[in-house]
Amino acid sequence: MKRILASRELLLLVAIALVLGIISSRFPAFITPSNLVSVFNDTSPLILLAIGQMIVILTKCIDLSVAANLALTGMVVSLINIAAPGLPIIVTLVVATSFGACLGMFNGILVWKLDIPPIVVTLGTMTIFRGTIFLLTEGKWVNSHEMSDTFKAFPRSDILGLPVLSWFAIAAVILFTIVMTRTTLGRAFYAAGGNPHAATYAGINVGRTQFWAFMISGALAGLTGYLWVSRFAVAYVDVAGGFELTVVAACVIGGVSIMGGIGSVAGALLGALFLGIIANALPVVNISPFWQMAISGGAIIIAVALNAQANRTKGRIILKRAEHAT
Amino acid sequence: MTTSRSLPDRLQSPLERNLKSWESLLMLVAIGIFIANSFASPYFLNAWNLSDATFNFTEKAMIAFAMALLIISGEIDLSVAAIIALASTAMGAAVQVGVGTEGLVLIGLAVGLTCGAVNGFLVTGLGLPSIVVTIGTMSLFRGISFIVLGDQVYKGYPADFAFFGQGYVWWVISFEFALFAIIAAIYAVILHMTNFGRAVYAIGNNATGALFAGIRVGRVKFILFLLTGLMSGVAAVCLTSRLGSTRPSIAFGWELEIVTMVVLGGVNILGGSGSIPGVVIAAFVMGLVTFGLGLLNVPGIVMSIVIGALLISVIALPRLWAMWRS
Repeated sequence: MKRILASRELLLLVAIALVLGIISSRFPAFITPSNLVSVFNDTSPLILLAIGQMIVILTKCIDLSVAANLALTGMVVSLINIAAPGLPIIVTLVVATSFGACLGMFNGILVWKLDIPPIVVTLGTMTIFRGTIFLLTEGKWVNSHEMSDTFKAFPRSDILGLPVLSWFAIAAVILFTIVMTRTTLGRAFYAAGGNPHAATYAGINVGRTQFWAFMISGALAGLTGYLWVSRFAVAYVDVAGGFELTVVAACVIGGVSIMGGIGSVAGALLGALFLGIIANALPVVNISPFWQMAISGGAIIIAVALNAQANRTKGRIILKRAEHAT
Repeated sequence: MTTSRSLPDRLQSPLERNLKSWESLLMLVAIGIFIANSFASPYFLNAWNLSDATFNFTEKAMIAFAMALLIISGEIDLSVAAIIALASTAMGAAVQVGVGTEGLVLIGLAVGLTCGAVNGFLVTGLGLPSIVVTIGTMSLFRGISFIVLGDQVYKGYPADFAFFGQGYVWWVISFEFALFAIIAAIYAVILHMTNFGRAVYAIGNNATGALFAGIRVGRVKFILFLLTGLMSGVAAVCLTSRLGSTRPSIAFGWELEIVTMVVLGGVNILGGSGSIPGVVIAAFVMGLVTFGLGLLNVPGIVMSIVIGALLISVIALPRLWAMWRS
C-alpha cells in the first residue's frame, strides 16, 4: 500500500522534473532559483486549497464551494479593513480563518445532520456565497487604494528570501502532513472514506469526520481568501471564479481518489505544483495562455486514467465482468 | 424514504400517492410563484412576456432531460456547457468558410455526439469515475474553444440560421419552446415506457444486479452519454442562433444550473429515481423565478442565490420535516 502511494507521487515528481527539464533546455531562465520561488509563490493559494480539498475528497465528499468561500471571505476582510484600517494583521488572519471555517461548517452541518449529498450542498452554497458578496457590495470592487498598507504588504513581506504567502503554504503542508499521518483525526479521514461501514463499526462517526473535513477546507479557503485579495490588492464578486475545478484537478492529478480513502498531502502538493508550473511556463515557452485550460483538462483525464490503472490491481477480482458495472 | 419498518394496513391509493409526490409539491411551488409574480409585476401576465420568459430555460432544459437519465443511471456529465462552447465554436469556424444553415446544424449535432462519445468511452470503456472524467473533459472541450478563439468572436451566421433561436412556429410559441416540448415528450416516453428506461432505473439502483439481469450496463451508459452530448449539440444550435455570435465563454456555468434543474425536479443525485415530468416542472419553476425576479429588477447574481437556496432547501426541508416528526 505504502509502496503504491510512494510510487504514484514519485511518478508525478518525475513528470514535474521532466516538464522542468524540457522547459529549461530551451529557456534556462525558467529554472533559476528566483523564478522557481516566484512560481511556488504563485501556486501557494492552490496548494492551500488543494490540501483542504484533498481531506474532503478523502472522506468521499467534494467541496465545490471553496473558490466562492475564498471570494466571500476575501471581501469580508477587505470590508473590515476599510472600516477599521488599523486592525493588527493577526486579527485579520484569525477573522479570515474562522469566517471561512464557519462557511465550511455550514456545508458540513448540511452533509452531516441532514445527509444531503455533498455535491448538491456545495453546488448550492457556491452560488449562495458568491451572491452574498454581491449583496454586501452591490457589485462594487474594493480597490488597492481603499486597503491599508499593512493589509496589502503582509503576504508579500519577505522572510528568509520567501514571501509570507509561500510560508503559509509550507506551514500548511507540514501541519497537515502531521495531522494526516500522526493523529487519530487523520486516520479517521482515511477510514471514513476508505470504508464507511467499517469505520462506523470501529467507533468513528463518519458524518462528524466529514464535518471536520469541510471545516478544515473552509478554514483554509478563508485564510487563502485574505492572502489572495491582499496579494492582488483587489476584491470583487468574481475573484477566483471557476477556481474550485482547478483545485479538484490538482487533487486528482496528485493521485487523490475521488472515491475516497486514497490520497496524501504530498500528492495534493505535487498536483498543485504541476498545474502551477504549467500555468507559469506557458507564457515563457511562448504558447498562448489560452492553451492552459485544455492542457489541465488533458492532464486530469490522463491522471485519473493512471490512478484507475494503479487501483485496479488491488483486491481480488472474483467476477471479471461484474467489475464493469461498478 | 420511509423510516418505519412496520407494514401499513393498506397501501396508499394511487390518487393519494400522486398527491403526495414530489411532482405535485413542485407543481404547487410553480403555481405559487406564478401567482406571486402576477401580483408583483403588472407586466408578468402578458403572452409575449411569458413567451420571452421560456427562453430562460428551454435550452438548459433540453440538456436537463438527457442529464436526468444519466443521473438516474448513477453517472453525471459536468462537461455539457463546455460541449456547447465547442459545438458553437465549430459552427462559427464553419461559417467562416461559408457552410450553409443545414451544414451548421449538422456540425453542431456531430460535435455534440462526438464529445458525448469521448465521455462515454472514458467512463464505460476505461471504467473511470464520471465526475472526474467530465471535469477533465469540461476543461478540455472549453479549452479547445479558447485555443481556437482566444479573445476573438465568431459572427456572421446566415440569416435563416436565426430561426432556431429566434423564430416562432405559431403565435407566441417559439421554435425553441416547441422543440423543448417535443424533446420532453420523447424523453418521457423513453424513460417511463420503454425497456431502455427500465434499464436506466435498474442500473441506477443496482448496477451489478442489472448486469446479472442481462442488461448491457456499459452500452446503456454509453448511449446515455451520447444522448447528453447530442442534446448539448441541439442546445448549442439554439443558443448560438439566439445570440448570433460565439465566444469561448458561451454558456459558462450552465452545467451547474442544469444539474440544479435536474435535482430540483426530484431526481436522486445518487441515482435510481426521478421522473421527466418532475424535471419539466423544475424547468418552469427556475424559469419563472428568474423571469419574475428579472421583472422586479433583481440582478442575475441575486437570482443565483435564490436558485442555490432553492436547491438546498427543497432537499433539506423534507428531511428536516421527517426529523422533526420522529
